[in-house]
Amino acid sequence: MSHWPLLSLVTFLPLVGAAFILLVQGEEAVVARNARWIALWTSLIVFLLSLALWFNFDPTIADFQFVERTTWVTLGGFNFNYHMGIDGISLFFVLLTTILTFITILSAWEIIQVRVREFMIAFLVLETLMVGVFCALDFILFYVFFEGVLIPMFLIIGVWGGSNRIYSAFKFFLYTLLGSVLMLLGVLAVYFQTGTTDIEYALAHSELFPAGLQKWLWLAFFASFAVKVPMWPVHTWLPDAHVEAPTAGSVILAGILLKLGGYGFIRFSLPIFPLASAYFTPLIFALSAIAVIYTSLVALAQLDMKKLVAYSSIAHMGFVTMGTFAVTSEAVQGAVIQMLSHGLVSGALFLCVGVLYDRLHTHEIARFGGLVHRMPAYAFVLMVFTLASIGLPGTSGFVGEFLILLGTFRVNTLECTLAATALFLGPMYMLYMYRRVIFGTLTRADLRGMLDLSMREKALFAPLLVVVIWMGVYPLSFLRPIQASVDHLVRQVSAATEAASMRRASLR
Amino acid sequence: MPLFPFPDIAPALPEIILAVGAMALLIFGAIRGERSTRAVSWLAIAALILAFVVFLIYGGERRLGFYGMFVSDAFALFMKALVLIGSAVTILIGMRYNEDQGIARFEFPVLVLLSTAGMMVMISANDLITLYVGLELQNLALYVVASFNRDSPRSSEAGLKYFVLGALSSGMLLYGASLIYGFTGTTAFSEIAQLVAGGAASSTGVVIGLVFVVVGLAFKVSAVPFHMWTPDVYEGAPTPVTMFFAVAPKIAALALFVRFMIEPFGPLVSEWRQVIIFLSVASMVLGAVAAIAQENIKRLMAYSSISHVGYALIGLATGTAAGIRGVLVYMAIYLFMTVGTWSVILCMRRNGRMLEGISDLAGLSRSQPALALALAIFMFALSGIPPTAGLFAKLYVFLAAIDAKLTGLAVIGVVTSVVSAFYYLRVVKVMYFDEPAGLFDRPLTAELKGVVFVTAVVTLFFFVLPGPIVGGAEAAASALFAR
Repeated sequence: MSHWPLLSLVTFLPLVGAAFILLVQGEEAVVARNARWIALWTSLIVFLLSLALWFNFDPTIADFQFVERTTWVTLGGFNFNYHMGIDGISLFFVLLTTILTFITILSAWEIIQVRVREFMIAFLVLETLMVGVFCALDFILFYVFFEGVLIPMFLIIGVWGGSNRIYSAFKFFLYTLLGSVLMLLGVLAVYFQTGTTDIEYALAHSELFPAGLQKWLWLAFFASFAVKVPMWPVHTWLPDAHVEAPTAGSVILAGILLKLGGYGFIRFSLPIFPLASAYFTPLIFALSAIAVIYTSLVALAQLDMKKLVAYSSIAHMGFVTMGTFAVTSEAVQGAVIQMLSHGLVSGALFLCVGVLYDRLHTHEIARFGGLVHRMPAYAFVLMVFTLASIGLPGTSGFVGEFLILLGTFRVNTLECTLAATALFLGPMYMLYMYRRVIFGTLTRADLRGMLDLSMREKALFAPLLVVVIWMGVYPLSFLRPIQASVDHLVRQVSAATEAASMRRASLR
Repeated sequence: MPLFPFPDIAPALPEIILAVGAMALLIFGAIRGERSTRAVSWLAIAALILAFVVFLIYGGERRLGFYGMFVSDAFALFMKALVLIGSAVTILIGMRYNEDQGIARFEFPVLVLLSTAGMMVMISANDLITLYVGLELQNLALYVVASFNRDSPRSSEAGLKYFVLGALSSGMLLYGASLIYGFTGTTAFSEIAQLVAGGAASSTGVVIGLVFVVVGLAFKVSAVPFHMWTPDVYEGAPTPVTMFFAVAPKIAALALFVRFMIEPFGPLVSEWRQVIIFLSVASMVLGAVAAIAQENIKRLMAYSSISHVGYALIGLATGTAAGIRGVLVYMAIYLFMTVGTWSVILCMRRNGRMLEGISDLAGLSRSQPALALALAIFMFALSGIPPTAGLFAKLYVFLAAIDAKLTGLAVIGVVTSVVSAFYYLRVVKVMYFDEPAGLFDRPLTAELKGVVFVTAVVTLFFFVLPGPIVGGAEAAASALFAR
């Protein structure tokens, strides 16, 4: 397989699909049907190809694999390359992207009736950009993918969103743009420090960055990733974007776009600026603890299901940032697993909300109740994902949270204790919502006519359900590829911080 | 030695072609009358292409003409190529527009040709006298084309406004030039450069003269605070003329600006950098903020062009070869984005009447998806979102700014780019999110379609092959620093 440019195939195949959809001619209904099928097949093939990445991935080595490298621009001393590759950290994000894209395209099958062609193109383009972000090993390439994501997402929220979609689309776009342009300046500064835009080189040469500069650059990158994650207090775009986005958009937003921030922290902030990371750890811990506690409480007060899930996402991502900056092997592995788990679980929860929205066109919690009587299959699915979101043992949510808490406990007991409050705040808001939506008596007339999950909807949830349980029961199949890369990362970061403190000591 | 040494005019051959061509076309038009408009237009385009071919033959080699008053080098080649493209497209798409508006006259291509000749002289100026001659040749022709729709009060007003403020700025520039001459005793750039480098000329008088020239040039590139004429003139002038104003004279004036600051006054960079930084920041901020409330797309684009000059000036403020390369890449990409946007604006016609409101674009993505996609590409490019060319334009200037330790300027630049993203997004929003407001007249002319298509492809796929533009800019920038 090594002769095949497998990563490029996975990355750019969706674009080919999008081009095909663009070429479809004819009546609107014909175009819509063809667009759906082309998009579905493309995303399925891409997913299968990405599985080949997993099977061919060597979990024993920490380096980048499937590396592809071609010169792109070599002019006037400012060179950048087309450099792609994945390691244990990025592998599963690619898989998460491909499976969620497939599922969202299937989920939009009947729901999206206007401008189907554009919708499918937007999702396929989005897939290319998202996979690209996780595979790029050149800063300029990374930036192109990272910021390019904004365009299709802006259109998805704005064209197919709810009533207040324009405000939300603008807020989403401008908020995240402001963060990323500051990162662009950081990227350029990294270039001047290392003489290359190569990420692999920068990862291995953190000693090129003096401590003072590291802090500035760390802040520049932080501006971008913190908005993406999103961390308190720059999270306010997220509930708006979620509520207004169409279901498929919410799934991708929660499932993958938020992970770009967490991935960025693990990929760049930690290994390239280890000293600044150590310096700013208290800040991250404080913001994470606030995010966990504050947004959990906010979630408790929500009347809208989508908003509730959105706030719970912020709380879960608070765990991720905390685990990342605890810089122990367990915590960072936990952060990766937590992101994967959250990607699947929150994606599934948004799909669950979408199921109700398709039937009743509202996500207000008070409008529902007693659904278990009419929709037993739905009640079951929602229960599994609710419990996974809470972090019940046996589900993926438990593994991530447990590893993070374990790893953080060794570093900062207080932080760990504060974050652990989420273990009872989480069930409070999730189960509270579950009770109000599912149990009780069927009072409203329109609820009595609700249909249970269709075959298509069951097919949507089945793979997510399987993976969530698999990850919870036997996490080793996921942890094994992650481990080598994370261990390498943690060793590297602690070596750098130790070297710095030795230098300080010898100066004294 | 001959009795009357004939100045070496070979380096100016393209300019001579344009000037002679313009005269010949004027006579041709005068004899044949109005029905020759089309023929004159096509011949004018042919003259521009011919001039371009001569450039390609000359290459980037440095040649001096007219006793050193005129210079042709890689820098001039790059900038002139941009100007020629802008002028040719103007004539091309102006043809149909003028016919539709009932203002088709053969003088239009002739005037564009003459002003192009002026711009090329400006770009090649190696002497204060050449600089002024080129500038005035360009200006006089532009004053006339601005008011070309002479029955429209708005167009006449635009011409008059442009004339008054243009004359004022020329006066300032001339005053500055005379001060420089007075304090250095020479008008030749190369001699000024020697005096400045030797430290003999860094007197206050020279610096004051320099500032006056900068003010005059800032008027021409419409940098804040000398931008007041821009929105009104852009709005009032016939749309193809506005497009012309937004690209060719601006690129030429910026080229002159760069050469003037770098060649004779390069050693004084610490003296003039503050001025450029101020112009740059003011242009970026005002361009970003003032455009937010605009309802007229021509005015919006006027403010947009002001802010883009601000970004280009970041590159000049560095005073380094990398910075100038940034300016050149920026202007090249700006040319494509702007020409494309204006071509789409030229498509905004309903029942034979030109539309200018942003709201008239409502629902364009459904009525004319291809056109909407093109305009969306231009809008994302103008706001610098990847993977469009706009990102790379900004990338190269910010790169130079960070290298030159102008981090503050770069930060202001990216923040204002986010602010200006708002109004570019608003155009996308109107096209994609709003309900359709009605169809534009169809079919579009082949020329417009072609221009929109080519510019959109270049803008979107620039990242695939950035080599030609960046490499050309690289060679052009290093030509300025060669000596």
